[in-house]
Amino acid sequence: MPDLLQTPFRKFHEQHGAKFVEFAGWEMPLHYGSVIEEHQQCRNSGALFDVSHMGRISVTGRHARKFLETVLTRKVTDMEEKQCRYSMVCNASGGVLDDVIVYRFDDHWILVVNASNRLKLLAHFHDVIGREDMTVRLEDLTPKTAMVALQGPKVMEKIGEFSKEIPTLKKYRFTLKNLMILKMTVSRTGYTGEDGVEIMMGANMASMAVKLLLKDASAPDAVIKPAGLGARDTLRLEAGMPLYGHELTEDTDPLSAGLGFAVSLDKHEAVEGQPLVPRFIGQDALEKLAADGPPKELIGLKLDGKRTPRQDGDVMKDDASIGAVTSGCLSPTLGVPIAMAYVPRGAVSAGDTLRVAVGAQYAEAQVVELPFYKAT
Amino acid sequence: MSTPAPTPTDRRYLDSHEWHKPEDDGTVTIGISNFAVEELTDITYVEVSKDSGAIKAGETFGEIESVKATSDLFCGIDGEVVEVNQAVIDAPETINRDPYGQGWLIRVKPTDPGQLESLKSTADYDAANA
Repeated sequence: MPDLLQTPFRKFHEQHGAKFVEFAGWEMPLHYGSVIEEHQQCRNSGALFDVSHMGRISVTGRHARKFLETVLTRKVTDMEEKQCRYSMVCNASGGVLDDVIVYRFDDHWILVVNASNRLKLLAHFHDVIGREDMTVRLEDLTPKTAMVALQGPKVMEKIGEFSKEIPTLKKYRFTLKNLMILKMTVSRTGYTGEDGVEIMMGANMASMAVKLLLKDASAPDAVIKPAGLGARDTLRLEAGMPLYGHELTEDTDPLSAGLGFAVSLDKHEAVEGQPLVPRFIGQDALEKLAADGPPKELIGLKLDGKRTPRQDGDVMKDDASIGAVTSGCLSPTLGVPIAMAYVPRGAVSAGDTLRVAVGAQYAEAQVVELPFYKAT
Repeated sequence: MSTPAPTPTDRRYLDSHEWHKPEDDGTVTIGISNFAVEELTDITYVEVSKDSGAIKAGETFGEIESVKATSDLFCGIDGEVVEVNQAVIDAPETINRDPYGQGWLIRVKPTDPGQLESLKSTADYDAANA
């Protein structure tokens, strides 16, 4: 594969028999033998995902806070040190440019962004900084850092062997850790519907870190085994989490996507004891959408049979086409095909029977609440 | 992970990755290559839409689905479909385990046994997918 970026874990992937795939300009492991087994490994025990392809952008400077409040749909001013928060970056029409996680450190911020949107966002951010004449320094940390996600019900116990503190972290909190000589940022976050952590570290420490964490990964009963992007996709889909390019696009607003919790339309309102917060890009459009109601809604579907619905697959109610599938898979946990799809808002209710294109045919599908899967 | 199985030399191949193996009874068994299986990853569904009657070279006889993609299945010879591997339809993962044996899909009685020679040899198929 020509000119693809490689992560610091490339050798590790090869040693574990990875099948590689191009993703957003990166050569990434799709799986190490079986997507379904890696999915089950994550649900039942623990999985390690290389997510170094995701963009990591540090934000510093006198106007860093004001800048973030301008580009993010969610408030950062009230965030505490070592807290992280999921947010949208929107365009002026309220369309989603990216969904990101913002980390607050003592003297700087880090944005973790989708690999496919890293360069687009950097251009957007520089544009905003120039237009608003802010003093902000952005540094793209992606090439010199690495990132892994450890996810699964047995992960926190395993991590407890290295650090007593990490298992005490609350969701969306992080800590800075020195394991031996490794400096890491460890946050209790993830994209699988399981408990776990995501870890950022220097690129030159990546191979030592996986050796430490995955000493016994090759053993059949290893607690944590590597998993690829294939399993990451089926896991997040079961957990009802959106994927940029599928559920989220520049033509989709976050309210239609069911992500109203990540849009704070009142964050510019003055709060005593807090610095002023400017309005954010897209706020006008999203206020109007919130008042009128968003045009469409994201629904969950469970299909009859064993066929897999795919992105753009037709969704029919009675004999009319009403929408399209954004993501689908044969759910490894539930054993039935599942999909997310956009339909006009209010067009269907949970329990309705629709029909969804699978290959050249249609399968009956029940409208269900999202998520499809919740960890117990 | 195990090393990939070598491509068997007792059969012929289509560019679309279906193998065609001449049997002693004169029929031809059709399945998909290990290369195709590795590309598809875990196979979740097989449908044979053409389960009997006349079939022509280049015609589709069904669809195969994996966690990754849905693909058509092509027949490389003229003839008559005489058998379908129901075990694979019931348990599609059989193809992942044994693509060249138990993972076969259909059996065709060829109109002209010599037609098989027009398909790719093992060496040519391997070279095309190296």
